[in-house]
Amino acid sequence: MTTRASQDVLGRGLRVLRQAIRMEPRLFTIGVAGSSMFGLLVIANSYVVGAVIGRVVVPAFSEHRAGARELALIAVTFIGISLLRVASIYGRRLGAGFMQFRLQARYRSAVTRRYLALPPAWHQRHATGTLLSNANSDVEAAFAPIAPLPFAVGTVVMILAAVVSLFVVDWVLALIGVLLFPALFLLNLAYSRSMSPRQIRAQQLRGKVSAVAHESFDGALVVKTMGREADESRRFRVHVSELRDALISVGRLRGLFDPLLDALPSIGTLAVLLIGAWRLQQGAITVSELVSVAFLFTVLAFPVRAIGWLIGELPRSVAGWERVQAVLGASGDLAYGEAGNPGTGPATLHFDQVSFAYAGSADVLHDITFTVPAGQTVALVGATGSGKSTIASLAVRLVDPASGHVSVDGVPLPDLSGAALARTSALVPQVPFVFDDTVRGNVTLDREDIDDDAAHQALRLAEAEGFVSKLPDGLDTAVGERGTSLSGGQRQRITLARALAGRPRLLVLDDATSAVDPRVEAAILASLRGHDAGASILVVAYRRATIALADSVVYLEDGKVVATGTHAELMASEPGYLGLVTAYEKKELVEEVPS
Amino acid sequence: MLATVKRGVALSPELRPGLAGTLVLAFVSMAGRVAVPIAIQQGIDRGIRAPGGPHLGTITVIVLLTLALLAVSTLAGYWMTRRLFTVSETALAALRTRTFRHIHDLSMLHQQSERRGSLTSRVTGDVDQITQFLQTGGVMLLMTSGQLVVTTIVMLVYSWQLTLVVFAAFVPAVIVIRLFQKRLAGVYRIVRERTGVMLGAVAESVVGATVIRAYGVAGRTEKRLDTAIVDLRSAQQRALRTSVTSFSTGEIAAGLALSAVVVVGVLLGVDGGLTVGKLTAFLFLVTLFIQPVQIATEVLNEAQNAVAGWRRVLDVLDIDPDVADPDQNGVGLPPGPLSVRFADVSYRYPGGPVVLSDVDLEIAARTKVAVVGETGSGKTTFAKLLTRLMDPAGGEVLLGGTPLTTVRFDSLRSRVVMVPQDGFLFDATVAENIRFARPELSDDELELAFVELGLGDWLAGLPQRLDTPVGERGEALSVGERQLVALVRAYVADPDLLVLDEATSAVDPATEVRLQHALDAVTRGRTTVAIAHRLSTAESADEVIVVDAGRVVQRGPHAVLLAQEGSIYASLYASWLEQTR
Repeated sequence: MTTRASQDVLGRGLRVLRQAIRMEPRLFTIGVAGSSMFGLLVIANSYVVGAVIGRVVVPAFSEHRAGARELALIAVTFIGISLLRVASIYGRRLGAGFMQFRLQARYRSAVTRRYLALPPAWHQRHATGTLLSNANSDVEAAFAPIAPLPFAVGTVVMILAAVVSLFVVDWVLALIGVLLFPALFLLNLAYSRSMSPRQIRAQQLRGKVSAVAHESFDGALVVKTMGREADESRRFRVHVSELRDALISVGRLRGLFDPLLDALPSIGTLAVLLIGAWRLQQGAITVSELVSVAFLFTVLAFPVRAIGWLIGELPRSVAGWERVQAVLGASGDLAYGEAGNPGTGPATLHFDQVSFAYAGSADVLHDITFTVPAGQTVALVGATGSGKSTIASLAVRLVDPASGHVSVDGVPLPDLSGAALARTSALVPQVPFVFDDTVRGNVTLDREDIDDDAAHQALRLAEAEGFVSKLPDGLDTAVGERGTSLSGGQRQRITLARALAGRPRLLVLDDATSAVDPRVEAAILASLRGHDAGASILVVAYRRATIALADSVVYLEDGKVVATGTHAELMASEPGYLGLVTAYEKKELVEEVPS
Repeated sequence: MLATVKRGVALSPELRPGLAGTLVLAFVSMAGRVAVPIAIQQGIDRGIRAPGGPHLGTITVIVLLTLALLAVSTLAGYWMTRRLFTVSETALAALRTRTFRHIHDLSMLHQQSERRGSLTSRVTGDVDQITQFLQTGGVMLLMTSGQLVVTTIVMLVYSWQLTLVVFAAFVPAVIVIRLFQKRLAGVYRIVRERTGVMLGAVAESVVGATVIRAYGVAGRTEKRLDTAIVDLRSAQQRALRTSVTSFSTGEIAAGLALSAVVVVGVLLGVDGGLTVGKLTAFLFLVTLFIQPVQIATEVLNEAQNAVAGWRRVLDVLDIDPDVADPDQNGVGLPPGPLSVRFADVSYRYPGGPVVLSDVDLEIAARTKVAVVGETGSGKTTFAKLLTRLMDPAGGEVLLGGTPLTTVRFDSLRSRVVMVPQDGFLFDATVAENIRFARPELSDDELELAFVELGLGDWLAGLPQRLDTPVGERGEALSVGERQLVALVRAYVADPDLLVLDEATSAVDPATEVRLQHALDAVTRGRTTVAIAHRLSTAESADEVIVVDAGRVVQRGPHAVLLAQEGSIYASLYASWLEQTR
């Protein structure tokens, strides 16, 4: 069972390699050519060493004289071989490395392009950490065997050449090679085979240790205020100890195989010495040949390891490749249509019998029908889980309905082109997202026709101009990764300004002012009401002041529209609405401190 | 670099025992490598070139002796690696745990000045680098320099002249390689930096996917990603080119050494100063000599990275936990409900402006106090000083008449509990999150706690009741529900002083009502200080403290403060009212 599984991994790993070679045939060829040349030079060098000893050194030492021409020839040969070796090393390592880097870069681009193309619903189903490692460590793992690949292929060439040359020299000595090389190969194979599950386990435990540490530091304040430092350390230590034991078992395996891999070629050399002397006595070989073969066995051991490295990397490569392919093959794209911008001035948004369900769960929305008339403000009100945020996402086509239609000015959203859709509507989400860029970059997003004046005006409308002007570089201030240098309320106001800067014809606010002080919120809402950009507004609201500003209210319960009307009408006709909206007041009546 | 290693070893005493034994084993295992060239020399000179033709008996003896030596050195190699892994992994596991604990012991200010991710690397990736260094880099460096020394000794025994020739070929190579070393360090630093930029760009495309789609700016992000990815690739390629060039220097030196050894060796041998066996052995020894030089150049780079990791760990261990537990020198808090006293307290962030000044007030035991003020007024600082997450820059905070700095943490943390703004939950079940405060509580006791806080029906509505998983950071629950769980957690801790840092984010009204009821039950009979963002909390408090620009400007019951016309509280209240009615 296990062997079949690992053979399967070997097969799948080789398929990954084949794909990689097909994508970068030129660099692969360069790498293999360099590596094969390197192997052949290693063999040539051994025979030159033997020839020098047998044909030059032995006669010179016996006859006590040496020819200057012969010595010059030796020097030139050795230096020539080493220069060729350098060239072959460049070919091998640069070919392999460039191939690996290019493949990594290509797949990183491909994976992140899928991220940008796949709809938010897909993103919601995948943890951020997983997606990050898909684009980073999984891509890296998938192509990790590329580094030793040309070396390994060249080594196979070298071993074949070495065996052939051994048979040319002497069939008895060749038998030592025929025994030794497969033994080395099998030992390397066994090493990689038994190592990779241990390494995979260690990697998993590393991930666990990292997750525990990350969570614990994330909740450092709770740990501290509850005085749980010692217990947290104990929890951490359990995982650290597991990792330690796994790594020690990796070490034991290395302790077993490394010295054996070192010893095997030495044993081969000694065998050559003994058997070679016997063959020499019989006159079957010369001293030159004996020395050549002995030298060959010493220098051949190291390249054979490349095959072990390659096989060792395959399981990790297959796992990484499959995770990358899962992203590349993910479906569910929301393709854009062809229609251009349908009009100017405030847009009319219409939901017609819209239903929606997240993959694998029950309906979130049933049969939703309502209209945001041009230039009007409509508030969505409902308890947590009633489907308000889903409606906001549908309104700007972050998701498509399961049935029914969402349209702007009568044009179904899926018919609109990407550009038209972006120009028509703007969403300000619940949790503000700020790019690692300047304030200007965050507001304009490099959209055409948004100049500094437009940015300033948007910031003013969003009540953000005050704090932006106090930033060290004003509009040019970099806000840091995720806007860490700003407060939550400031981030919300920046994202609001981003939406306003595009002068959208439909503005969708998904509880977009929750982190802003009530006073500031009032000012923002007042300016939105009074601003002349001419947008229709759909707003998800909790605070009464926000609701009161709306021309009409859509009241939701459990994914259904229960009632539509003005705030006053719903207060009178809908007990559920009344209960929800007045929850604050009720509570205050009960708890009012007697004065 | 050396200083860091020295201090690192001093801080991991587990590394030392048996070190001498491991070194001896390393030496023996390495001696096996020079055994073969010596056997070749002996075999040629005494066996093959024995007077009267090859003498098989002598060669057999030499081969058998060498095999025995190889067996010993292989065994030594096995034991050495085993010991090395056991000792280093044990030592570094201890270092991980120690650093982890130290990070938790640091003051909140220090913890927050670092990004969470980088604190995590201190106990993961950075320590992994040290292990890498000790097990591969460090040992290889040790073994190879040993190999260099032993090879040199054998060469010197055979011929000092040829040894000089080998050195003459390698010394310039080593100098050139050293020069490359500095360039390599530079190019690899660029690779690391660009990896960081690439990861940042990828993170943005994942975390900001919704926004990017909503604004139709995928093209902008793609351009950014491609730039980062291609920049990284070209940095990697440049680093590789430099590294191969450096490596090649060793190859050329080897070629030079080989040819010089043969030429000079023949000239020496002609005069009878050298045997064929010795010259042949030299050719083997030269290859043994290149390996260490080439490996050392590769390993030195890794070593530098590893030492940088070690330094980062040591730097964290060097930070003094400035808000420290007085431990056995400390005292316990007096029993019963606690009063609070701020005596002329002021606070400023290191290098920052004053955020609280001249706060002098007393809060009687069992009273409910709300602290209100605009964002940035200093009200959150008030809570942090009260729970000793920070120490005041001036003045003193006393609980039940005892100065806070003298109170043992086990007493402080069991009697004073703070519910922080975001009510952080661990990725576990509801029950496990509550038990974080009191591990010994049974399921029945936990259910009772929910019922006592009027949350029995909420708990019953959860899919698996107490065993419902809350998700990463509690994200399977709504913001309000997370606060509910955090509140129950504080309740079962049964503190005598409860400090609530109210969440600013909106909670839907139904949960809000539950939250308020639960709060009333939790605060009953205890001294409570609430940092209030909702003035409904202030209305229901016994007393309100109004903070403005770092000073206490008003204090008294809600109704009284409200009646003070034109006061800060009156205007805060008016604006809040406008929002909710």
